[in-house]
Amino acid sequence: MKTHLRRLDTTALVYLALVGVLIISAVLVATTGRSFFSPGNIRDILTGMSVLGFVAIGQTLVILGASLDLSVPYVMSLASLVAAQTMNGNDAMVLPAVLLTLVVTACIGLANGLIVTVLGVHGFVATLGVGLMLKGYLDTNYQGTEGSVPWSFQLFGATGIGPVPISTIVMLALAGLVGFILVRTRFGHHLFAVGGNSEVARLSGVRQRLPLIGAHIGSSVCAGLAGLLLASRLGVGSPTVGSQGSYDLLSIAAVVLGGTVLMGGRGSIWGTIGGVAIFAVLDNLMSVMQFNPFLKDVIRGLVIIIAVALYARRRVIARRIRFIRSPTGPIIAAGSEPNGLEPNGLEPNRSEADISEAAGAHNGTGPVLDQESAPDQESASGHRSAPDHERSQG
Amino acid sequence: MTTTPVLRATGIRKQFFGVEVLHDISIEVRAGTVHGLVGENGAGKSTLMKIIAGVHRRDGGQLRIDGQVVDFSHPVDAGRAGVATVFQEFNLLPDRTVAQNVFLGREPRKRGLVDVATMRTRTQALLDDLDVEGITPDAKVGWLTVAEQQIVEIIKALSVDAHVISMDEPTAALSEKEVAVLYRIIETLKSKGVAIIYVSHRLQEVFDLCDTITVLKDGALVTSQPTDEMDQAGLVRAMVGRPISTFFPEREAGTQIGATVLSVTGGGNEQLDDIGLDLRAGEILGLAGLQGSGRSELLSAVFGAEPFTRGAVRLDDEPVRITTARHGVRRGLALVTEDRKGTGLVLAQSVIDNALLAIRSVFPSRTSGMRAKIPEILQSLEVISRDADQEVRALSGGNQQKVVLAKWLATSPRVVLLDEPTRGIDVGAKVAVYKLIRSLARRGVAIILVSSELPEVLGMSDRVLVMSDGRIAGELPPSSTEEEVLALATGTENQVVGDDARAVGDR
Repeated sequence: MKTHLRRLDTTALVYLALVGVLIISAVLVATTGRSFFSPGNIRDILTGMSVLGFVAIGQTLVILGASLDLSVPYVMSLASLVAAQTMNGNDAMVLPAVLLTLVVTACIGLANGLIVTVLGVHGFVATLGVGLMLKGYLDTNYQGTEGSVPWSFQLFGATGIGPVPISTIVMLALAGLVGFILVRTRFGHHLFAVGGNSEVARLSGVRQRLPLIGAHIGSSVCAGLAGLLLASRLGVGSPTVGSQGSYDLLSIAAVVLGGTVLMGGRGSIWGTIGGVAIFAVLDNLMSVMQFNPFLKDVIRGLVIIIAVALYARRRVIARRIRFIRSPTGPIIAAGSEPNGLEPNGLEPNRSEADISEAAGAHNGTGPVLDQESAPDQESASGHRSAPDHERSQG
Repeated sequence: MTTTPVLRATGIRKQFFGVEVLHDISIEVRAGTVHGLVGENGAGKSTLMKIIAGVHRRDGGQLRIDGQVVDFSHPVDAGRAGVATVFQEFNLLPDRTVAQNVFLGREPRKRGLVDVATMRTRTQALLDDLDVEGITPDAKVGWLTVAEQQIVEIIKALSVDAHVISMDEPTAALSEKEVAVLYRIIETLKSKGVAIIYVSHRLQEVFDLCDTITVLKDGALVTSQPTDEMDQAGLVRAMVGRPISTFFPEREAGTQIGATVLSVTGGGNEQLDDIGLDLRAGEILGLAGLQGSGRSELLSAVFGAEPFTRGAVRLDDEPVRITTARHGVRRGLALVTEDRKGTGLVLAQSVIDNALLAIRSVFPSRTSGMRAKIPEILQSLEVISRDADQEVRALSGGNQQKVVLAKWLATSPRVVLLDEPTRGIDVGAKVAVYKLIRSLARRGVAIILVSSELPEVLGMSDRVLVMSDGRIAGELPPSSTEEEVLALATGTENQVVGDDARAVGDR
């Protein structure tokens, strides 16, 4: 069973965890005499998923490309304002406002992507900077909520089919679309490659910049969609709606909880959706059980750390075990073939610290031997140093 | 076998930062032949290969493919012209599947979408073409053995329909058995009329495989002639510019094998079982075995980095439990790891900081005293660096390895564990490492030497232990032949390559 669990795909594990959390929640809520699976409560959970879901889908793209997007909360706020002000209560302006919002957010994403790829600024810093600029703009130009959203657009955030809100359906559809793009388009394949090892991608003829720029545009547009949804729920645009929810860090947490490796190249959209769902269920459980709001954050924090620690553990024991201890003496447990993972044995410092790619990355870079003289290496456009950088998940 | 040159390079020059590193190199590579490229580190082999591969641009000369002058600005241009390269460091993504790696950057498309099915079938066809079993197109590359990854690299090269494939040290990370698979694939490629440029440090391989051998030295061409007109001694002379009379230095006078320093009985952990060994002062114990047989794991276990969970370890006849690397260093153990850049050095730090790394952290009180002696140690190892403050990243492989050795010498170890200490370093540096090993032995240090190069293990060791599948398969005297070692290493075990689920099922 234990070995079985290890072999499970990370995404499957995320959903297994989700089922576990659901069962625990159902039992706990049942003790208070209420039903966790009442249509009303399901609607609450799904509603809670949709905003973070949009942001996290975009964040997944960026993280797969080994970048980050910290500008999302401000993009969301800006999107809500652009939409609400353009609509200004006028039904006819809904479509133009939505389109304008998407264009504006796409431009921010393009700027992020260009800063990351052309100027070579790490995504963390680039999007932090862009986020700060947006924050400054929002703070100086807006004192409070502005604009208004017509009733027709408010329905987007308010209606549903049965217990399922429209916004969640749209979010899941977007997840499906993005998931499909990742698997079946060159953009997707190349994004994984650039995130995994951009030098490998380059030498294989991938234009490294395009996937990353695309991912940043995708992330900003997703944040824009989340902003639209918030505007529709609030009925107005707000300059602080994004930062209040701290969607930047929460979305990264959801992505990581979903099993995507923070250093890029490995992960999936459906894992992220699972991570978002786990958060939503926990949040719901804690509000239904009327937990102290401070405790809520403590539990969220714990969940993230435990989850990533589990993934890390899985990656470390991804090495095949040859001998296990048993009462009757040593017996052979698993495969005997040389598995190519041998060099791991020599990584005292890595096996503790480097949690994600102990097996995989090493195979890729293990036999890196230095053959030529110094000038030769330096000129190889960073070729040598690229695979050396640690790929850890935490 | 035809005699048309598929690739003809004439007068190739290349400069880096104003320093010319390739001077007027001309070679011809013919279809269906293997062209060996040898030379010491820094001789310019890799640079030449990278120019042919389109990674670097040449600064002078001409490159013709099938008689056409070409000028590649990117590896992809080279690929289109039928030139593919298997780089020394694998250009593979461990988290992606074989098919995804093979077609990276050239994914077949149907109606704008990546045609996953075609990708898979074409990868399978290429694998079948080379009679490779045990690799499936959907397997994740990170799960494959090093040899299998090498095959994936070759498949990737073939998928662009290359008629010139250059391979940079393809066997550096392979065990002897895996090398045999590579040999077979190279034969298959030859019979298909592919021209191969083969760079290797292993001279035996060059003689086994190549039809023509070109020797480079200091960026210039020394000689280029058919293999049967050359012999190994002459080749070495051409490479280093001086004859190397004895490759492996003799035991130093005054070396005495003393009392048992380290003994392990019944040692085991997840990777090892029933390990028993005795190591005496002044002794060099060779450890042979296939890649993955547990050699490196054994060193790690002794050192404490991945400790034994069963059995007893005695140091100086005193039972000890060494459970961390720090313990090991305290007890006078030193481990020179196989992966110099990954686990041996902090690349961005200076030579002196690296040399002081172990002693500073484990014996802080001895640091200042040792700091004064480091230059002497570096000098005795003939480390060539601009000064002790230079970043080790900028040093050549051989010099980096010497810095690793200096780091451990500074701790005055009593047991030195060496894992592939000469991998990927040039002949001159190799001899320096051998001499150091001999001199350590004379000073009473006990040494365990792991190497994939059997001549090295046999040439240097007092005794040879052979490992197989996590156990010690037997002990041989150094006078044994390579065949005897291999017979023990492979045992009766028929090692299969494939998913472990099947292997578990078999048992």
